[in-house]
Amino acid sequence: MRPFGFERPETLERAAGIVAAREDRAAPPPLSSAQFIAGGTNMADYMKLGVMRPNLLVDIGRLADPGLRRIAASPDGIRLGALVRMSEAEENADIRIGYPVIAESLQQAASQQIRNMASLGGNILQRTRCEYFRDISWACNKRDPGSGCAAMDGFNRQHAVLGVSDRCIATYHGDFAQALIALDASVETQSPRGGRTMAFSELHRLPGETPHVETQLMADELITLIDIPAKPWARRSHYLKIRDRQSYAFAVASVAVVLDLEDGAVRDVRIALGGLATVPWRAQEAEDELKGGPLDERTAGRAAEAAFAGAMPREHNAFKISLGRQALVRALLETRDMRV
Amino acid sequence: MTADASSVSTPWMALRDTDRPAEPATRPDTVVAVDFIVNGKPCRLELDPRTTLLDALRDHVGLTGTKKGCDHGQCGACTVIVNGRRTLSCLSFAQMNDRDEITTVEGLASDGRLHPVQQAFIDHDAFQCGYCTPGQIMSAIGCISEGHAETDADIREYMSGNICRCAAYPNIVAAIRQARDEMERA
Repeated sequence: MRPFGFERPETLERAAGIVAAREDRAAPPPLSSAQFIAGGTNMADYMKLGVMRPNLLVDIGRLADPGLRRIAASPDGIRLGALVRMSEAEENADIRIGYPVIAESLQQAASQQIRNMASLGGNILQRTRCEYFRDISWACNKRDPGSGCAAMDGFNRQHAVLGVSDRCIATYHGDFAQALIALDASVETQSPRGGRTMAFSELHRLPGETPHVETQLMADELITLIDIPAKPWARRSHYLKIRDRQSYAFAVASVAVVLDLEDGAVRDVRIALGGLATVPWRAQEAEDELKGGPLDERTAGRAAEAAFAGAMPREHNAFKISLGRQALVRALLETRDMRV
Repeated sequence: MTADASSVSTPWMALRDTDRPAEPATRPDTVVAVDFIVNGKPCRLELDPRTTLLDALRDHVGLTGTKKGCDHGQCGACTVIVNGRRTLSCLSFAQMNDRDEITTVEGLASDGRLHPVQQAFIDHDAFQCGYCTPGQIMSAIGCISEGHAETDADIREYMSGNICRCAAYPNIVAAIRQARDEMERA
């Protein structure tokens, strides 16, 4: 592993300030020579592989601000500190009862050991598991901008069919992020320029021409809070994850659904897809198809058609379109049938 | 086609290994001091900053019970308990564990008696080659104390981060069942 320095600041201001003082502070965060580390489950792995090559780690695991570790439920919603561990959020009674899609997405992610380490803020920003990204002997526009994409004509069974570009088809592999899209969450961030709030659905950026630019964040900007509003649909929410093995595997396809039903008709619905797209993906066309009408196998099927109308498969991943459609239909009907 | 000059001159294009800005990178011979409590004993180590908790335990503390399987967080062989929670020691740099309390498989037996989980693994022959066993045992202790061992399905789900390539899984589940009952009685 490449040598690196290590800093453990006690305040958020100091942590962001260390990165802001660096020469390459304007670099897209994944390429910055200084990297924040919290749980370390993604960063340590990618540093061992040479995919992440920081020469300074800024450990934010001991930041003193208690709000970063707090889960605060109120009638307005629930606020999750960015350093809350995945397992802490999964076990939280307010989340389990009020926002089941969050608990389900976390419980089916990674293993308990990893959930005990990984922070929610880091989980959101986890990087793709594309094999060609992980192995530095291959060309990868995300890892080494401009070097090409070995996945395009490689073995691309696990790659994305939605949100792809001719530079990158790497899948976003997280689970929690889909729950946040469905729940209309927002994130608060801090940098030396102050704080800002953005819709979670705006955080990630499509690969387009610059797949190494993954989010709207700057290198010296930290997610501090995840804010989830208490909307009528939060309790009727569900996460369905389809994997190659039953547990401890990334999604081949996953669906987060929140549903507001009135007399059997869909008053409101929000749908996010995982394992199928380059970013946490909101299936707005499918939502529009369902709003105002009944939810049954036929209407769910129409929504699933709409969700994948723009899908762009490669040689080995066309199966994800039919798998994704079926997963979406099943997730919608299971959410409809929840007893809340 | 000519190269796109604007994209070549963007700052991040210059960020290849060879010409990264000369930030104060730590020299390979730098050492850092790390303090933690391992199996109840305070420990002070001088480490290369790159040392993982796993390597610190094995190569510097001399506790080789914790095993290095994949070294990438995929197999669970390196599972230890940090501040009461099971974690993967291969994915943590030792510096991140400064002042933490760590329990390894060597810290389980007391007064010549094996921990109920250790005894249950022997009683049920819950291993063949034994390489994954320390990680399985540490993970099983976490699984039981979290309350995730109520049913066989729960045990399988919450032990899924520990791979056994000899596939001793049915015996591991049986061992955890026995240890759970014994630990609940105690």
